[in-house]
Amino acid sequence: MTGKNPPSNLRPETGAFFQRDRAWHPPAFTPGYKSSVLRSPRRPLLSLDNTLSEITGPVFGHDILGELDDDLIYNFAAPGKAAIGPRIIVHGRVLDERGVGVGGALLEVWQANAGGRYRHRRETYLAPLDPNFGGCGRTITAEDGSYCFRTVQPGPYPWPNGPNDWRPAHIHFSVMGHGFAQRLITQMYFEGDPMIWKCPIVRTIGDPKAVEGLTAALDMQATIPMDARAYKFDIVLRGRRSTLFENRREGN
Amino acid sequence: MAQSLERLRESASQTAGPYVHIGLTPNFCGIEGVYAADLGAAMVGEKARGDRIKVKIRVIDGAGVPLKDALVEVWQADAAGIYNSPSDQRGAADPHFFGWGRQATDMTSGECVFETIKPGRVPFFDGRPMAPHITVWIAARGINIGLHTRMYFGDEAQANAQDPVLARIEQPRAASLIAPRDGDTYSFDIHLQGENETVFFDI
Ligand SMILES: [Fe+2]
Repeated sequence: MTGKNPPSNLRPETGAFFQRDRAWHPPAFTPGYKSSVLRSPRRPLLSLDNTLSEITGPVFGHDILGELDDDLIYNFAAPGKAAIGPRIIVHGRVLDERGVGVGGALLEVWQANAGGRYRHRRETYLAPLDPNFGGCGRTITAEDGSYCFRTVQPGPYPWPNGPNDWRPAHIHFSVMGHGFAQRLITQMYFEGDPMIWKCPIVRTIGDPKAVEGLTAALDMQATIPMDARAYKFDIVLRGRRSTLFENRREGN
Repeated sequence: MAQSLERLRESASQTAGPYVHIGLTPNFCGIEGVYAADLGAAMVGEKARGDRIKVKIRVIDGAGVPLKDALVEVWQADAAGIYNSPSDQRGAADPHFFGWGRQATDMTSGECVFETIKPGRVPFFDGRPMAPHITVWIAARGINIGLHTRMYFGDEAQANAQDPVLARIEQPRAASLIAPRDGDTYSFDIHLQGENETVFFDI
């Protein structure tokens, strides 16, 4: 962990973050997704301009990463073995709302195996576990915000909500940018999947454009021939206000 | 017509779901050997300055039941009130205190415990000192977008009375952010809804 040492030569930014557009994100209470009913705050959020407590955030160095952390095909597999399923590269950039690449962002991912089964004690789906697939991976973005990992494409799975609800194939993403106010968890979907628009969790989002923003594009230019196809998934975090004209006294 | 601002839109949030542990605390849920330890499990180095404390957190749903599948993260300043972050330019933070922690709530009791130090005071954006506090962020199945709140300390009555953030909250709801102390442990019950709903922030 790097603490004060910024992940690049750029001067660290100290501005407050752009206000979050709460109408773009899903609201807390979405009865079509039943779990939200008892877990949704009902009172208005308290709006507060960022203080240092929100402007700052933990920064992680590449020293926390193991060699296979970004390779879910091999990071849980027995020696000489590999996870089963369609091999894919997931790559893209973490940007902020200004279009600036966010270097040094920690990305953590988790997913079901190719049959749609999670390695978790609460999981009850009858599809089998893959003994060589754990389902977690992580990486840290390069200075320009780019990242890449390798995995197998997860399968869709049924879940207890309505009598016959299925999740589209998806990968969960956790993102840590430079400030704790940027903290974000989301999910990546796959271009062309007809299950996306049927899903009650996807449908917690009101604007179809916001869903398109979570849908990775098949990217044949980034494939590894005879090995893995590729999907491109960019992630956008909140932008920061400039501090250029803040706290500047008269005459300075 | 004018030039386009060409701003991007933030990626929309989606729930962390019931299997958040696989990604964020894999050792906790039995996926061992991928990462040596779960990130954020230890916040305090041996030589960290400040008073050692424990912070016990529960997240309680609208039926009064603690969540047994929640993920809780905390972020705080060091004992001198400095954040271990490049965006805090006021000086060097304690190198033995990282400031960030992550725990899953226990699958039986619904509790999680952070072993940390008591933070110092940090200035509000207008320069007035805020009372010591810890930022808390919660993700779980059924939570569509991560919830931000703050924990203040029950034994800081005077600082709490002058805190510019607590001052914005109508009484008695401000009390929802103040954790009582018992020995070296502060207990913070976060109520997602109901009569005692905790104050959550849009920050
Ligand atoms: Fe999932």
